[in-house]
Amino acid sequence: MDKQVNTNKKQFEFGTFMRNNAVTVMFVVLCIVCMCFSGQSIQYVLYEMFSRLSRNAFIVLALIIPIVAGMGINFAITIGAMAAQISVLWCIEWNIVGIPGFLLAMAMTVPLASIFGFLIGKLLNKMKGQEMIGGLILGYFANGLYQLLFLFIFGNLIPLKTPGLVIKGSTGVANTISLDLGGKGTLKYALDGIWNLSFLEAIYVVLAVLILLTVFQMLRKRIKLEKAFTILGCSVALICLFQVSTISNFINNLFALTKVPMVTFMVVGLLCLFNNALLGTRLGQQFRAVGQNRTVANASGINVDRVRLIAIMISTVLAGWGQLIFVQNMGSFQTYGAHEQVGLYAGAAILVGGASIRKATNGQAILGCILFHLLFLVAPPAANSIFGDAAIGEYFRVFISYGVIAMALVMHAWSGIQKKKKQKAAKA
Amino acid sequence: MSAEYVLEMKNITKRYGENTVLSDVSLSVRPGEIHALLGENGAGKSTLMNVLFGMPVIHSTGGFEGQVLIDGEETHVASPHDAMLKGIGMVHQEFMLLPGFTVTENIKLNREITTPNLFSRILGKNLKTLDMGSMSHDARKALDSVGMNIDEYTKIHGMPVGYMQFVEIAREIDKKGVKLLVFDEPTAVLTESEATQLISVMEQIAASGIAIIFITHRLDEVAAAANSITILRDGKLAAVRKAEDTTITDLAELMIGRKGEAVVEADSRPAPQGNIAMKIRDLYVDMPGEEVKGISLDVHEGEILGIGGLAGQGKLGISNGIMSLYESSGSVELFGEPLTLGNAKSALHSGIAMVSEDRKGVGLLLDQSIEDNIVFTAMQIKGEYLRWYGPLRLKDAKAVRGIADQMIKDLDIRCFGPTQHTGTLSGGNQQKVCIARALAMNPRFLFVSEPTRGIDIGAKKLVLETLLKLNREQGMTIVMISSELQELRSISDRIAIISEGKLVDILSPNASDADFGLAMSGIKPSEHKEKGDGNA
Repeated sequence: MDKQVNTNKKQFEFGTFMRNNAVTVMFVVLCIVCMCFSGQSIQYVLYEMFSRLSRNAFIVLALIIPIVAGMGINFAITIGAMAAQISVLWCIEWNIVGIPGFLLAMAMTVPLASIFGFLIGKLLNKMKGQEMIGGLILGYFANGLYQLLFLFIFGNLIPLKTPGLVIKGSTGVANTISLDLGGKGTLKYALDGIWNLSFLEAIYVVLAVLILLTVFQMLRKRIKLEKAFTILGCSVALICLFQVSTISNFINNLFALTKVPMVTFMVVGLLCLFNNALLGTRLGQQFRAVGQNRTVANASGINVDRVRLIAIMISTVLAGWGQLIFVQNMGSFQTYGAHEQVGLYAGAAILVGGASIRKATNGQAILGCILFHLLFLVAPPAANSIFGDAAIGEYFRVFISYGVIAMALVMHAWSGIQKKKKQKAAKA
Repeated sequence: MSAEYVLEMKNITKRYGENTVLSDVSLSVRPGEIHALLGENGAGKSTLMNVLFGMPVIHSTGGFEGQVLIDGEETHVASPHDAMLKGIGMVHQEFMLLPGFTVTENIKLNREITTPNLFSRILGKNLKTLDMGSMSHDARKALDSVGMNIDEYTKIHGMPVGYMQFVEIAREIDKKGVKLLVFDEPTAVLTESEATQLISVMEQIAASGIAIIFITHRLDEVAAAANSITILRDGKLAAVRKAEDTTITDLAELMIGRKGEAVVEADSRPAPQGNIAMKIRDLYVDMPGEEVKGISLDVHEGEILGIGGLAGQGKLGISNGIMSLYESSGSVELFGEPLTLGNAKSALHSGIAMVSEDRKGVGLLLDQSIEDNIVFTAMQIKGEYLRWYGPLRLKDAKAVRGIADQMIKDLDIRCFGPTQHTGTLSGGNQQKVCIARALAMNPRFLFVSEPTRGIDIGAKKLVLETLLKLNREQGMTIVMISSELQELRSISDRIAIISEGKLVDILSPNASDADFGLAMSGIKPSEHKEKGDGNA
């Protein structure tokens, strides 16, 4: 083997970049345009942004593992959300509030979502290649069972004592469940409320943690020295920069309204770490192998069905926890509607961030979450100021979230054809 | 080494239902030797290997008779994974590599080296962290032993196919305790220099004590590399030879052999030399598994040209390419007029008809009646068998019934009537419907692809006789593509042999078995003789 493989140096080509990131670029442009027309202050947008990000990032991150395992976007996370809502209902009924309540809800979600995930995984293993449509329809089907449970079984067969949880003079669970119905306190902000900081303070904490982690890694010799010093240098430089009063005033002004729920973000950060760590294990390697080619994975002795089952179960449980975070932030939820669009919006968000149905990273999930919610935030007021009607913005954002998913699917098929053509050209 | 043979397979017999695919076959491989396994398609090579690897297809169809001995001890190989544990490895013909993984990750797939962490101690070994360092160290060692200096962190994606072959080999070598490696057509995708290197790598591996079973159709490579040779023919053991006691010609003859009597015997006649009916120049066809890589061929008017060769060598690609069922390039002239490639409609319009090898996929609409199947193409392409009923142009039921009855009589299609669905017919009768459909087009030129595949001997005879009759009585030019040399020889005027997507030679049906054997392994018989004489 005297000749070496041509390692094509990746050159930055504008055309290719635009093609590969069309959805993301389009969203950035849309967000900027809407932002200009919305007439809302940056302070307000940033404040809303942070609360929405803390509320939704977790559930979007739950999508990564099934994508890596080649099962596409797991629209069945809706069912994970249902598991979470069942848990919350009982926490309220038993009147366990605050952090203990939240932890109990988390613990209850695990077995419920695991069982649901197991069933979903079993079914999806029977319909390989059709997982996305399967998950979507399964979500609709499960919604029927959920309604049966909440309208007929809870409150009737299994009585609920908490006043306000049951529809007055009728049967079934009330339309809206408020998290403080028990009377002893509330689950609202159970996680968010633990520790809040202003943006600048939050940055200090993040940098401090980063520095500590880097030093720790250096001591264990797990990191290249160059990289470590770059991280340390940048962090210290930033801290010094914030000491300049004009800059810190500027930032404080910009984020005047923003409150950073540290614990929630910590949980989101932990999930990012969890995703990365999991992919670095033997199981993670199996996820990636199965995702690329089931035949090859099978030939090397990997139990493909089992790996896929585990991927869906993990995703469903994480989605359940994600929904818990969402609910505790909102303070109440629509009993029969809160879970419905979860799969769709999370799927759209991760695609907006530049993920495809074959490839997704933590960064893409977070970026997607930011852009998607930014548009949700600024589209209605922008439509209001342009067309004089906020409903158009509402229409617009629903239309866009479906459009993004359709576009991602088309682009996936299209890039496959493009790749084939390229290979042919290379052969000739 | 205690036992004389690392692997012995004794008196293996395997039946799929009524069909005996292996009968009383034995294979013995010594440690450290390269043992070539030769045979045409359907000779039983892959079935024998499936038995060796305990493939599910064997166990689910009633197992096999005979013994498998590894290191002199009788063993039962339950599954491919079990085979791996017993030290038998396979270098696949179709690469079992993941394009998005690095060389290291592929070599170590599902055999990753891991280090425990907090979670793995609680939740099991699957959560152990990968130890990339020692994995790539192992990979490097395996790569070095096959003489590859490629970086172990390179991704498979974008690598030349030749490299992938070596990565596959490296993976097998990296498995601990491997005693026997099976190479299934390893040189098929390699360039000449890569193939030479592969052979030398195989010799190195064999020298280290690992036995190799080398499945190939390239006889010259067998002669170059193998120590001993087992030849299968029609599911039976044809011969076992030592490499030094045999010649390539000898092997070619053993591989082909005479198989029974011809079902049809055509009157011998000088091959028609008249006008050229079809002129093919530089035909390339991108048909997966049957690629054609630059064939030039003339078909004379009024002849039956046979096209033969082993499966996967591209003979099927020719007709499919010209009929534009797959992407193709090159130039094709039909009776002096150029044919547009890439447009199936124009090929049909120009008067070429084809009986496809894929009877149930391309050939027939299984849920439709015999008569609808027969007229379908003629109706769609030529607008025949249609009538104006007022403003609507509909099927002319009378005319359709007429031709269907005619065809059923002429071709002796056994059925309840022209309205029977083709899906319920036997294979032979389905094939006759396919031919009838081609004939309903009144073609000037007929491609017939694998016309007797999967049909019984009576139907075989009738199909071949029909083709012969069409040719002799109507003067139709026919190109018949078939894997069965015997039937090609029985009715063709000339036989073109295709190997690795290229035309090797055009032989007379009376040429010797050895010549056909050589041609099928890509060696032009006339050129080989000179070399053979020189050596002898």
